[in-house]
Amino acid sequence: MAQTVLHKAATRGGADHGWLKSFHSFSFSSYFNPERVHFGALRVLNDDTVDGGKGFGEHPHDNMEIISIPLEGALVHKDSMGNVATIERGEIQMMSAGTGIYHAENNKDNSDPVKFLQIWIFPNKRNVEPRYDQKKIDLDAKPNQLVQVLSPNPDDDGVWIYQDAWFNMGKLETNNTVDYTIHKKGNGAYIFVLDGDIEVNGQLLNKRDGFGIWDTDGFSISAHTAAEFLIMDVPMEY
Amino acid sequence: MEAKTEILVIGTNAPILATVLRLLNTNVLWNATGVSSPEEAISKSKGTNYSVFLIGAGLTDAEEAGLSAEIKLIRPSIHVIPHYGGGSGLLFAEIYLALGTSNQAQ
Repeated sequence: MAQTVLHKAATRGGADHGWLKSFHSFSFSSYFNPERVHFGALRVLNDDTVDGGKGFGEHPHDNMEIISIPLEGALVHKDSMGNVATIERGEIQMMSAGTGIYHAENNKDNSDPVKFLQIWIFPNKRNVEPRYDQKKIDLDAKPNQLVQVLSPNPDDDGVWIYQDAWFNMGKLETNNTVDYTIHKKGNGAYIFVLDGDIEVNGQLLNKRDGFGIWDTDGFSISAHTAAEFLIMDVPMEY
Repeated sequence: MEAKTEILVIGTNAPILATVLRLLNTNVLWNATGVSSPEEAISKSKGTNYSVFLIGAGLTDAEEAGLSAEIKLIRPSIHVIPHYGGGSGLLFAEIYLALGTSNQAQ
């Protein structure tokens, strides 16, 4: 029988640094909740809003797969591998931190805020050579269908990372349903609602709610309103 | 006065190690020491009662496993955990989790 965990939006950890407002689905920085440390290999899900002209200055990481998905506005990315790029809504960015990288992420706009998801996945291989990639996401091209935006396979749709993880995004019109099949035995899925109201396995979810489901082969997602969501299919043991 | 929690950190990337140490030592209840080689880690652990051993990037899987086992032999109660770089918002949470505390004094 499927096991589930519900994280209502209002129960997330929060941090207001003035220039940065962040909601943490899992323990992060000064938010520590031993009941909410990770969902399988999914360790960080931050819902960040950065003021115009501000951003995360240069800082290091190692041995983590780091994914960013802009929801509004654009970020300017710079890293120690020499990459300089702009990433905006309709794109996904990934970095394998591996043996160590430095990077900075700043709001491209000087006045309007940028909103984005920051997601960290434990890698299945440590000390790899750091790498960076970004890809386009076009949810409007496939209404009422799932769009794969991340996988473990370099030749598959979306960006790829060092973990047996698959991300899909979906944009559903009211009263539409999609079915999702877990990609690998032992994986679970964490569904994060970007907008609207959906139902998963009998559980109603609203904007920014998170819902984990595992010990199941799959599930259906039904839209009670026009809705947009992200499914993160990750190993429960890693 | 409460004794500080002693933390040993190993990492071969000097700038990242320095950042991690700086962040850890902002917590007035912690005292973090850095090393860059397994030999140095073993030597240090014999002289100080470390509670946490943080492993950063740069060691092979075999080195990590061997070093973890050796450190545990010297300090059986030590918590051996990975870290993910100085910019990591995980640094504190992972240590609180290992120590079984939510003490967040910084």
